[in-house]
Amino acid sequence: MTRTPSRRRAALQRILTPSLVIGAGLIIAIVLFGLIAPFFVADPLAVNNAGMHGPSAQNLLGTTQTGQDVLAQLAWATRGSLLVGVIVAFLALFLSAFFGILGGYLGGWLDEVFSLFTNVVLILPGLPLMIVIGSYVQQRGLLLIAFILAITSWAASARVLRSQTLSIRTRDYVQASKIAGEKAHRIIGVEILPNLLPVMSSGFVFALITAILGEAGLSFIGLGVVGTQTWGSMLFYAQNGQALTLGAWWWFVPPGLMIALLGCGLSLVNFSIDGIINPRLRTAPKQLKQAKKARQASPATKRERDDEPEQAEQEEVSA
Amino acid sequence: MSIPELQAHLEESRTGAGSPVLDQPVLTVEGLNVVYEVERPVHAVQDASFTLRRGEILGLAGESGSGKTTLAYGLNQLHRPPARITSGSVTFHDRDGDDVDVLALEGESLRTFRWSKIAMVFQGAMNSLNPVLNIRTQLGDVFTTHRPQSDGPERLRRSQELLELVGVDPSRISAFPHELSGGMRQRVMIAMALALDPQLMIMDEPTTALDVVVQREILQEILRLRQELGFAVVFITHDLPMLLEISDRIAVMREGRIVEMDTAENLYFEPRDPYTRTLLGSFPSLTGEAGDFVRAGFDVEEGR
Amino acid sequence: MSTLAVKDLTKTYLLRDGLRFKRLEAVKGVHFELTPGRTVALVGQSGSGKSTIAKLIAQLERPTSGTITLDGKPVGRRGKALAAYRDQVQMVFQDPFASLNPFHSIGHHLERPLLLHGKATKANVREKCLILLERVNLTPAESFIDRKPHELSGGQRQRVAIARALAPEPTVLVADEPVSMLDVSIRLGVLNLLATLQREENLALLYITHDLATARHFSDEILVMYRGDVVEQGPADDVILTPQAEFTKQLLVAAPEPGTNPRFLAEAKRRGVPMPDHLAALEDRT
Repeated sequence: MTRTPSRRRAALQRILTPSLVIGAGLIIAIVLFGLIAPFFVADPLAVNNAGMHGPSAQNLLGTTQTGQDVLAQLAWATRGSLLVGVIVAFLALFLSAFFGILGGYLGGWLDEVFSLFTNVVLILPGLPLMIVIGSYVQQRGLLLIAFILAITSWAASARVLRSQTLSIRTRDYVQASKIAGEKAHRIIGVEILPNLLPVMSSGFVFALITAILGEAGLSFIGLGVVGTQTWGSMLFYAQNGQALTLGAWWWFVPPGLMIALLGCGLSLVNFSIDGIINPRLRTAPKQLKQAKKARQASPATKRERDDEPEQAEQEEVSA
Repeated sequence: MSIPELQAHLEESRTGAGSPVLDQPVLTVEGLNVVYEVERPVHAVQDASFTLRRGEILGLAGESGSGKTTLAYGLNQLHRPPARITSGSVTFHDRDGDDVDVLALEGESLRTFRWSKIAMVFQGAMNSLNPVLNIRTQLGDVFTTHRPQSDGPERLRRSQELLELVGVDPSRISAFPHELSGGMRQRVMIAMALALDPQLMIMDEPTTALDVVVQREILQEILRLRQELGFAVVFITHDLPMLLEISDRIAVMREGRIVEMDTAENLYFEPRDPYTRTLLGSFPSLTGEAGDFVRAGFDVEEGR
Repeated sequence: MSTLAVKDLTKTYLLRDGLRFKRLEAVKGVHFELTPGRTVALVGQSGSGKSTIAKLIAQLERPTSGTITLDGKPVGRRGKALAAYRDQVQMVFQDPFASLNPFHSIGHHLERPLLLHGKATKANVREKCLILLERVNLTPAESFIDRKPHELSGGQRQRVAIARALAPEPTVLVADEPVSMLDVSIRLGVLNLLATLQREENLALLYITHDLATARHFSDEILVMYRGDVVEQGPADDVILTPQAEFTKQLLVAAPEPGTNPRFLAEAKRRGVPMPDHLAALEDRT
């Protein structure tokens, strides 16, 4: 039993891969910025005559066309975007768990109905639907937008959860707890759910990314949240203020960069979760490296390959 | 057939018109060490040394984690990283007198060597047939790859010969894997392994997934083929009674070491290593008078 | 003590084969009785329906027709009646790597059945768990109770699974190939444990296996199954030593048995020694 602490440390070291550390670091930095910075910046909506000038000592990130401080806007927008993302991710998690796990475990006609519904939602085109709903509703509050984003993003992970549940349901330990006399709700909650946690957390992170990107997309076309600043709304105003043609990079680069960095961080975390779920993915690069070491070839060029997906991600986001 | 008759039948297949074992080596292994390069390196095979004679069946007995599979895979460099051969040598003595240093082979020469000199039949091999290709294509592929000079009709003829050899009706050559039973598929796998007339077959639990009746048929087939073709066999399994019946010699492995290696007879009558005795004692005799053994209620081991 | 009787038990699965349905008769009209203190072995190859019978008795599946009775009364299918049935009938699974939840500690696996069947209270459940672990020879129990399944070997896990099945203090135990996934050198230990516990508790035991040798030595009665049918049924020694059914004979001759192999018999004659009894040798050593 004295081995436990060292074993735990070893397990921790296995989980703490570079990609997880970098990803989590990025996310924590952005979250802290969104939480703390709004208390220290000037009023983001305060209009000033000194419009459209670049970074200076007074305005660290310059000002907008109407002279509003970009840093202040960025701080509040970070908070707004994260808020939307987290609400959506929780809603999507709940919906996917409800339809996926319950249907998968109970089976029968309920499962048929649930998976039919899931499949219907899955093929609904997300962005056009958001546009349609968004343009119908005049008072687009934060919760409404979050709800719209959530109902278009839970279906994929519900399918994953369903298939996982179907496979876990037939495992011997679930059968054994049935024989022990456990009730269905306890079997789902205590025996099955913990084994779905890695899949669910991966789904959560994915929902977070899509929500933030989706909200940015909606806001950018002017259908976003009214009254709350987000990265998308910043980009929307920057676009309207012709920041790009005027070369006012300090206006549109910061929100774009934030989206890219957060997306990158979340993707990195997601990769690490995948690695934890599927040990083969985790050890594959290491095995390659070890094989190469064994052949005493030059050190593996593994790092470069790991970086590619992130670059692609960044490009995709900034495009 | 009664039990003694069938066993006589098996023994007949085994040695038939005298033992096919020749007194010349086909494979020499010296001081082979295989290490799994993981965080805490695992010495999976430690100082394995043996000589395999032409036509001999060497049984490799051991439990999970004993290193028997790692050893067998190391014999023709089939071990996968992180496993690494740290030292030792494997020498293959070809029929035409050449000695091949197996561990020095690389790339193309290793690939040809693997199938044509040393063939493998894996555990659950019958499930590794491609489900969308028929047997004819898959058998033919072996020749296309390794004997590119052969033409279509010749390939077909050879494939049919092979199927006949392993006891599968050659008319089933157009069948798809799912149309064949597990035993049939395993026979096809053996046919594929035999395609290039190897001098050594490494068989890793080739009958474990099969029912006992089919298992017996396959064993019979392997013994008969060895009689006819004179290849040597390294047969890996945890089933010691089965090894005793088919092997000439048996190596018992435990924790990476060969703890005992002897003829099947010596091992059966005078096991020297305590672990060999434990293994032998782990298989109650079917017809023996150990009827109340389990009832005696003593424990062979305490919560391993 | 109760007797579990199975009468004319039949299970037919409907398998979808493209657009049509195919009937698979997994179990066809099987009769047998499990009585206290006796072991019945169900022997057959894969797909013979023996595991289906285990699932039917454990009420993981419903029989297509036929009855299962406990002390003459039909068994409960749901609610309280099912719970009462589960008090009496428990099962040990084949694969100890799949039958314990990787997420939970060993203690959890024993606590739940103890609490569910009222064999312990929240206050003394840990103590009862330790007693159970000691009964299956996992000692010191304290060192096992908080571990996770992956920290245990196959044999140890199977002992935990046996302890779990014993937790509700059942009178009937179904063991579905309890040792076939274990390393050979620890199989007899686990079987001996089952035999000892059975004797102590006077359990009615159904031992499902494909291994004729352990079936013979371990049980009083043997049922040989072939494709859903029981082809032979009788006292263990009779079935093995004087088999009647063709299939039983086939099984028997196919099982590896160096003890009757002419090669070893000849060798014994040459050496002038009797055929060795490795089990006896093993006993001496202990």
